Amino acid sequence: MTRAAIAVGGGGRRLITQEKIVFAIFVLLFLGFSLFLPGFLTTNNVALLLQGVSVLGILSVAMGAMIIAGAIDLSMVALMAMSVAWALQLINNGMPVPLAMLIGGGAAILVGVINGVLVAYVEIPPLFATLATAACIYGFGRFGLISQDTVYLPKNLGWIAELGHGRVYGVPMPVIVFALLAAAIALVMNYTKFGRFAYAIGDNRATARITGVPVRPVLVLQYTVSAIVAFVAGLVQATAVNSMNTRITDTLLIYEVILVVVLGGIGLSGGKGGVRNVVVGTLLIGTFLNGMTIMNIQFTAQNAIKGLILLTAIAIDQVINPRDEQTSQQGDI
Amino acid sequence: MINFKKAAAIGLLSMATFMSLNSIKPVSAETEVEGINDPTIAPYFESMKGKKIGYVPFSMSYDLSKGWLAGMQIQAKELGYEIIVRDPNWNTDVGVQAMDQLINAKPDIIVLQNPDLQSYAKLLKRGTEAGIKFISVNIKSAYPSYYIGEEWQLNGMAEAQYIVDKCGKDSGRSGKVAIVQGILTSAASAYQIRGVTEVFSKHPEIQVVSNQSANWDAGKAQEITRTVLQQHPDLCGVIGFWDGMDIGAGSAVKEANMQDKVFVVSSGGGYKEAACDRLEDGTYSAYFSYDVRGQAQDINTVIRILLQTNPAPDAFKFTLPTRGVMLTKDNIKPGSCWTMDDFK
Repeated sequence: MTRAAIAVGGGGRRLITQEKIVFAIFVLLFLGFSLFLPGFLTTNNVALLLQGVSVLGILSVAMGAMIIAGAIDLSMVALMAMSVAWALQLINNGMPVPLAMLIGGGAAILVGVINGVLVAYVEIPPLFATLATAACIYGFGRFGLISQDTVYLPKNLGWIAELGHGRVYGVPMPVIVFALLAAAIALVMNYTKFGRFAYAIGDNRATARITGVPVRPVLVLQYTVSAIVAFVAGLVQATAVNSMNTRITDTLLIYEVILVVVLGGIGLSGGKGGVRNVVVGTLLIGTFLNGMTIMNIQFTAQNAIKGLILLTAIAIDQVINPRDEQTSQQGDI
Repeated sequence: MINFKKAAAIGLLSMATFMSLNSIKPVSAETEVEGINDPTIAPYFESMKGKKIGYVPFSMSYDLSKGWLAGMQIQAKELGYEIIVRDPNWNTDVGVQAMDQLINAKPDIIVLQNPDLQSYAKLLKRGTEAGIKFISVNIKSAYPSYYIGEEWQLNGMAEAQYIVDKCGKDSGRSGKVAIVQGILTSAASAYQIRGVTEVFSKHPEIQVVSNQSANWDAGKAQEITRTVLQQHPDLCGVIGFWDGMDIGAGSAVKEANMQDKVFVVSSGGGYKEAACDRLEDGTYSAYFSYDVRGQAQDINTVIRILLQTNPAPDAFKFTLPTRGVMLTKDNIKPGSCWTMDDFK
């Protein structure tokens, strides 16, 4: 059963997968920009291009793993903003850095476990469960944990501050964090029991359960991992802009994360795709945004074009991976 | 003889003058001990006591709204009137509902921050007809109200002038400038860009190489500024429209180690962590501050005037623009920025 899932997951049976289409678009776009946009194809700009989407990429990798398991986590952005903002606020109030980080990270893990329990044991559909927790996290955090939307970065963060704007051999730290996390999650998804179970659950939850896959614990673990990744992404974001603005929760970021995942070719019906798809999706969005900014195209126009890309990607997904009786029965997200 | 009469007359005259100076009637023994009761004090306190003031900012979660409220509360406590706070949390629909309910509760005054020129206009009209007075802070309304706050267009002009001084003629610099706008539909952003273009139109040596909206988002501002810096390494200035967003632009410049070559100018309410701390750490080279302490003082003054005079809705309207100050690392003093402790 898991073997079958692997075959589907790799997309090897089909000649033209969505991943390949998106990759082709990315290559075309990249070549086009390189030829016609002066200053696009320089080492530094490519580094910037990647840096610009690394937080998005980090979140998307975790979201990708989630969607593969047939779940979704809409609370990621709220969690990332609030857990990190709280930790920073505690440090600003005079708490030692390690303790504050432990509390912020611990709170994130707790929320992850709660999400997992709500979805796996209480059996609330993931969409509603995580949408509700997102509102809870934001509301509770704003009410009780932080005093202002924007929490500024304390001066005494030490090496953590390097996460956002340091460079190693010319490669920006956020890109390195993204690469490491992507590699780790790819390894887990492909070479561990946990990863294969995730594919099995996403492919068909009922079958997975009958086969003996511990569906519920795996889901709880998935949400926990997603929460930890959100915390790390938050640290990268906050140290990059020297502050954490919790209003990021109100932006379209969470949908952009889903856009990257779907664009890369991870079907929303679950059980398909891998980290590679997310990386391809991230590259396309990064190239697109970077090129648009160089061309000085307005943000609102960029959003419209991005929306069109998402629609096209979903339409292609529908045509290439049509819903069959089996996938539609196990409940789409 | 004559001399005696003269002296007596002078004596009488000076006595009369003395008595008239002491409010005509002769000073009684009682007043000498207890002093005179100022008849204007009691009505002053009377006009404030038990009154209700509504407060509807964009959101209660940012430096400006917190500062205004803290300032207002000091006076409310002193004079014995109540402040009812409604928090729309950046959501115009919630704000409309909150305003609607507040108007039904009929407070004497509502201090509000319009999300834009239009959204509350109808509500303001209805409320004014019901006898409520509206004080708009920092964003005006299409329906006239008493206005206290920033003149955004002048703010844009001040920022642009700073950049012209640093990057314009005879500066020996490139004259390349990037503008980071807020949400394009917001009045604050629209007025500011107008001010900026007005100044730049007189200075053809200034070249705007990027004019983008970062949606009030620091991350987006950082991404844009990074890319612009990459494309134009000789960039001379960045104009930002709000400190909460511009910190991203400033961080991008700092991260590229170019804070000595690129002038980043921002604006905001002068909260210490957002303004003075950022000037000191080199995130901004200049910061146009519309000091929240002064605005809170203005709000308090207008509240006192309106409660005492209770003018008819169409009697008069006025604007009290905030006097902005361009802060730089060199001119900031310990009191240039504020913290919440200033309102304790």
